[in-house]
Amino acid sequence: MDNILKKSVSRRAVLGTGVMAAAVLAMPSILRAQDKSLKVGVYGGYFKDSFDKNIFPEFTKATGIAVESVAEPTGEAWLVQLEQASKAGAAPADISMMSQVAMLKGQTTKLWTPLDMAKIPNAKNLLDRFVNKYPDGAVAGIGAVSWYITLVTNTDVYKEAPTSWAAFWDKANADKLGLLALVSNSFLLEITAKTFFGGTNALDTEEGLLKAFDKLAEVKPNVRLWYRDEAQFEQSLKSGEIPMGQYYHDVTGLAASEGHPVRSTFPKEGGVQDSGCWALSRASKKVEEAHIFIDYMSQPAIQATLSRKVGTSPTVKRELLDLNDKEFAAVSSDIEPIIPRYDLYTTKADWLNQKWTELIVG
Amino acid sequence: MKREPPQTVADYGPLFFPAGMLLLFFVVPFGTMIAVSFFQRQEGGFYTPAFVLSNYERFLSAFFGGVLGFSLMLAITVAICCVVLALPFTYLLSRLTRRLQVFWLVALLSVLSLSEVIIGFAWSTLLSRTAGLSNLLVKIGLLDQPVALFPSFGAVLTGMVYQALPYTILVLYPAIVRLDPTLMEAARTLGSSPIRAFFNVLVPALRNTIMATLIMVFIFALGSYLLPQILGRPQHWTLSVLITDQAIYQSNMPFAAAMAVFLVLVTLGLVALTLLIGRKGEKA
Repeated sequence: MDNILKKSVSRRAVLGTGVMAAAVLAMPSILRAQDKSLKVGVYGGYFKDSFDKNIFPEFTKATGIAVESVAEPTGEAWLVQLEQASKAGAAPADISMMSQVAMLKGQTTKLWTPLDMAKIPNAKNLLDRFVNKYPDGAVAGIGAVSWYITLVTNTDVYKEAPTSWAAFWDKANADKLGLLALVSNSFLLEITAKTFFGGTNALDTEEGLLKAFDKLAEVKPNVRLWYRDEAQFEQSLKSGEIPMGQYYHDVTGLAASEGHPVRSTFPKEGGVQDSGCWALSRASKKVEEAHIFIDYMSQPAIQATLSRKVGTSPTVKRELLDLNDKEFAAVSSDIEPIIPRYDLYTTKADWLNQKWTELIVG
Repeated sequence: MKREPPQTVADYGPLFFPAGMLLLFFVVPFGTMIAVSFFQRQEGGFYTPAFVLSNYERFLSAFFGGVLGFSLMLAITVAICCVVLALPFTYLLSRLTRRLQVFWLVALLSVLSLSEVIIGFAWSTLLSRTAGLSNLLVKIGLLDQPVALFPSFGAVLTGMVYQALPYTILVLYPAIVRLDPTLMEAARTLGSSPIRAFFNVLVPALRNTIMATLIMVFIFALGSYLLPQILGRPQHWTLSVLITDQAIYQSNMPFAAAMAVFLVLVTLGLVALTLLIGRKGEKA
């Protein structure tokens, strides 16, 4: 999924969608009779296109609220823009899809308007971990979509699918792995902790973190590529040049369905589940519409549509969904996922980054 | 024609536009960067205006010293490789017919139209185990089985030399074409072999040009951040890669700015040193 998201960074895509959005706005017929409207920020590129096509028109039909979608960049650039704009009392988007780390950073400056759960009855459908709360218990954001990072292999090279993340540590896999290059997007510390130290709680202390770093250092000789750019790894995985690694479940499934010799496996320790939240900027005046929007998006039927059309993993409970087993397996798994320790990436960001860089560069 | 020194403000008029542009697009951003490099980083947030030296302190460590050293070494190696390859090539090019020269120059210019991304991915394919050049060596019996030639230092160097070589040739070309051909003829008449004449006459005559070209390629190569990522292992990542990480992925602008300022200072220092040595050499 993130590879789709990353594409949004492409200036061309952002400009293109911007131009298109402007063109749509310029057509008075569309906004004509809609006095209620909402500006929604979603990651630009494929993601925004899919939402514009499959989700927003239905929402407008059901609620009479016109949606103006805004292409937002991934990473923290959008958070910076929202923050600066809200200081000036403006909201480039009323509601935005935000990454978990961005959610936490926004919380420190009270950027997100606390949500009134009474107005979001469908929030009861959500899995608990997708309700993002302020320290005082007020709700800062509601899970929009999620996606998995799993253990991927080339089927020509590995006839048998590996069953555990421990395969990364196997000496037989020397110089065969492709892993994400940043501490904050690879979540390898969490994977190490879950695989060898009983769970991500092992990362609570600095001691535990150092132990995880030491264990992770053993993986280094097996890594051929530390990638920032997904295309780099995806190509090598398909050709068998780099036959094993971590990658996005949905994109790997898509590649496999196109006939490439790749597979995505949920290891017995679980895949890494990352997610995006809907959050309301404190500068927005559209509080009412925003609640209606979040409530609408939290319906099981809409989450199922997202899984089928956009390829994201649902944020609501499985039993409420009408996805059949195959459809569910295409985007998720029943194995308990590894949830990243987002808190670490705000409280210990620089320390982790320094240790990590020294680990892989040094 | 006698050149009058400018007397009124209006005489300086033509300078205002370029000066304004330089101010707007170079001095102001660079000044901002220097200012940000002293700001206070807020972990889990952004940064606040302040005057702290902690960003520079963090940089002054053996780890970043090593990365800086590697970046400089890589850039110097690229510069030397480029000049060593480009000098004989450009000299031979200058002796071809006009038509062939134009053909070669157009071909070189077309290489410049390739982006760094395309160059990186093309070389990573050429050097791969599954589709790369080593398969050819297996075909002709020089290798038993195909091997991966990347990621490695050689791959990074190859990619960067490939990228910088057209610039090098285009900078050397005018100087070599304008060189008095009688110099070489005189050397030959006096009994020097062509290779000896090349090294004893042509190279010294082009000393300043060669120095300038080395500096240009060095600075060009120092800024490279994509090729080391695509073709190298983490130990081949340049300081520019780490600056990008801090600025884009960690949103730690103050630290990124401090590293960038440091890189600029070291670069300017090295260039100044080179020019100083060059001038001393000239006097001797």
